[in-house]
Amino acid sequence: MFISNTKEERNEMLKEIGVSSFEEIISSIPKKFLNPRFNLPEALNEMEAYNKMKELSAKNKIVKSFVGGGIYERYVPSVVKHIIERGEFLTAYTPYQAEASQGTLQAIYEYQSLMSNLYGMDYSNASMYDGSTALAEAIKACVSISNKTRILYSSLINPKHIDVVKTYFANSKNYEFVAIAHKDGQMDITELREMIDDKTACVVVSNPNYIGIIEDIEHINRTAKEKNVLSVCYADPVSLGILKTPGGAGFDFAIGEGQSLGLPLSYGGPYLGIFTCRKEHLRKMPGRICGMSVDKDGKRGFVLTIQAREQHIRREKAPSNICSNQALCALSVTVYLTLLGKEGLKELSIINHNLANYAYKKFRSNGIKPKFNKPFFNEFVIETDTDPLELRKELVEKYNIDPGIELSRVGNEFKDTMLVSFTETKKEEDIDKLVKAISESITVRK
Amino acid sequence: MSNIEKFEMKLSIEKSKDGRRGFRFKRETLSPDIEDKYLRKEEPKLPQMSEIDVVRHFTRLSKLNFSIDTHFYPLGSCTMKYNPKVNEDTANLEGFASLHPESLEECAQGILEIIYDAKNRFCEICAMDDATLWPAAGAQSELCGILIARKYFEAKNDCRSEIIVPDSAHGTNPATATMAGFKTINMKSNNEGEIDIDTLKKTLSPKTAVLMLTIPNTLGVFESRIEEIVKHCHNNGTLVYMDGANMNALIGLVKPGDFGVDLMHLNLHKTFSTPHGGGGPGSGAILVKKHLSDFLPIPIVEKNEDRYILNENKPKTIGRIKSNFTNTGVLLKAYTYLLMHGAKELREVSQNAIINANYVKSKLEKIYPAYAKRYCMHECVLTPPKEMMDKGIKTLDIAKRLLDYGFHAPTVYFPLVVHEAIMIEPTETENKETLDEFIETMIKIYNEAKENPQFIKDAPCDMPVKRIDEVKAAREPNLRWL
Repeated sequence: MFISNTKEERNEMLKEIGVSSFEEIISSIPKKFLNPRFNLPEALNEMEAYNKMKELSAKNKIVKSFVGGGIYERYVPSVVKHIIERGEFLTAYTPYQAEASQGTLQAIYEYQSLMSNLYGMDYSNASMYDGSTALAEAIKACVSISNKTRILYSSLINPKHIDVVKTYFANSKNYEFVAIAHKDGQMDITELREMIDDKTACVVVSNPNYIGIIEDIEHINRTAKEKNVLSVCYADPVSLGILKTPGGAGFDFAIGEGQSLGLPLSYGGPYLGIFTCRKEHLRKMPGRICGMSVDKDGKRGFVLTIQAREQHIRREKAPSNICSNQALCALSVTVYLTLLGKEGLKELSIINHNLANYAYKKFRSNGIKPKFNKPFFNEFVIETDTDPLELRKELVEKYNIDPGIELSRVGNEFKDTMLVSFTETKKEEDIDKLVKAISESITVRK
Repeated sequence: MSNIEKFEMKLSIEKSKDGRRGFRFKRETLSPDIEDKYLRKEEPKLPQMSEIDVVRHFTRLSKLNFSIDTHFYPLGSCTMKYNPKVNEDTANLEGFASLHPESLEECAQGILEIIYDAKNRFCEICAMDDATLWPAAGAQSELCGILIARKYFEAKNDCRSEIIVPDSAHGTNPATATMAGFKTINMKSNNEGEIDIDTLKKTLSPKTAVLMLTIPNTLGVFESRIEEIVKHCHNNGTLVYMDGANMNALIGLVKPGDFGVDLMHLNLHKTFSTPHGGGGPGSGAILVKKHLSDFLPIPIVEKNEDRYILNENKPKTIGRIKSNFTNTGVLLKAYTYLLMHGAKELREVSQNAIINANYVKSKLEKIYPAYAKRYCMHECVLTPPKEMMDKGIKTLDIAKRLLDYGFHAPTVYFPLVVHEAIMIEPTETENKETLDEFIETMIKIYNEAKENPQFIKDAPCDMPVKRIDEVKAAREPNLRWL
């Protein structure tokens, strides 16, 4: 389909190779395996393939959605889309040949600068697969640095993330994962203090946490440090337009899901795992890192660096097997943040928060109770008094509104609750409609 | 090369000016209603630029890159084939791009149908029984595969702690084994670059869980005794894992499941044409035989009459390997490519990939000796001739000189078993004229070396930068602006 050579050229080349047929070249493959039967549909041409994909995309239902939970609908400025579609970025490989990849390399350097600034940390790598795998790798780094086996984590971290972390530890019985309970939606710091023991490698918290509430991260980090335990903070990058940074609070590692910085929802990816650390942990950081240096003439240039950590050199002793980064997603986020600038990001952050605030008041005045009375960023939990999944299905069907996520994964106490989330893509009228739809539906069900 | 590369490229932050804006959400200034102790104290140092400044900044950066769209990119083991443009359009369709991963199943029937169908097609192409498409990349596929193997042995109460990795394997293989809690046993290959059956027999032990095998291997050679290899492993209760990074050599030609491999991975960003994006995102798949099906990561996409569902109720699963499915946007590109390839077209891919590689090899090995004397598969490994080495010219110098001539360098110094390796993978999408130009350039560099070796050692001379001081970069890390 995308092959350039003609039949004549192929024959000419075979002659040059010195064979009379293609089969002669592949004579090392046992004959019995060659040319099996394939039960595959006939090939489509480009137009047919495009139309087929369009048909399939129409089978998905896109509704007005208040679904968040760490992944947020954003308006993506046109500039971002146009830049990342440039073939020079899109179809390049990992920048092994620095002289032929200065564009990608400088963009990575700028990305690392933006992330370390945003999170208030010393260093960032060139990115990981997504927030959940970045979290797993950060905890692995803590275990490796401390040589300890007990991991304390907030019970209000995205439960799917904890699943991934446990998979990365091969669900091994050699490690102990302990969830620290919450008190009114924030980590119970008294319990945390009691749970830290000699075997504890690290304390892990999410800010805002999975149910949208802002944690007292400074206090949490201080509690960890009092007992000489490492600390990991998972933070939403847009919230950092206004919220306290993990670096400012003293954390050893800060990670996050970069999707929030204007990547399409795209049913799960490609997203971006943000990974940052304090200076002293640099050599334990997994993944690619780009550094600024000079060329032979003393001119500024960029190159992949500190590679002695990585799998292609250290092989079985490498801290991780990762050999790519989400380069194009990192570029997208870099363009997005560069365009927004510090004012734009702050504005975005405040708009998200203010809309959630508006919704919070609106729900309350319509008799729907938020579950907690603690500061939140752009999402919060409401009590539905009914099966939230059924409520979702009904609202999608009736009003084309997906109101939020059910939280049964987080724990039984969240059985009849829902996480509702707000971004700049919604207007106050949209929120009014949402509140009306939910309150009508709940009233009928009562 | 245009003069754009001659501009001194400033960092975005160096172009920043207080008060300049590139994007506005609201006209008025806002302040948050949050207690002070939760707020950040220092503003982040982000650039402040106008929209055109941003566009020009990144467009100019793009011009400093080599890419498939602009250059021949014969990077061995990376399969830098053409990335069809239609893939970008289909992946960006609103119905895919705007779908939240926590959407209800009934809102995601289109994408679930694709995942289900893609899984079946990959299984058919490779003669495997079941698959997961969740891994985000090749390396994550490997991790997923080895965790599956681990769980398989745990379920049988068979404590096995070792994984055999041939010395020609990608560095990810041993790193993966460690990540999944295994010990790596390195195994030497023979002079032909194949696995030596006697060595294998001696290396296999009751502790051996898995043999990780790249087919064709990184020397571009097909393991001609694959049946024996698999037989010895299976007799030992050992699983055979195929690293499918080089599947572009086999697709449509043979089915790995027919050799008896138990599990394998595919790199959708190599074999199935999705763009590499400057180092990612990729996308992977793990394909397994029936006896490993129960251990696949959750959720499982199943078809229930006419409806597609996500099943998480799988007691033997290894768990979740990524919080939100996969790099779905990448999978969509690979699926579009699949739609455009039936059995006949797939066979044309491997056939042309193999012919192109052998053509380059046959023309160049007269000067640059090939490591393996026999025909290669989709890539070949060459080495610099003695005359060049005697003058102190190394593989790296040749690679850098190629850049001056507008060719991306092949993979260099890999595989590690070959001294000064030059690994060339032209792929099926390149035409004969391009290959001829590349071949002529390689010969030209050989001739230049005779006359002026220093010139090659100083290459590149016509790129945006000359060779970068890597020692300085590593010793005095400058990884961000301050």
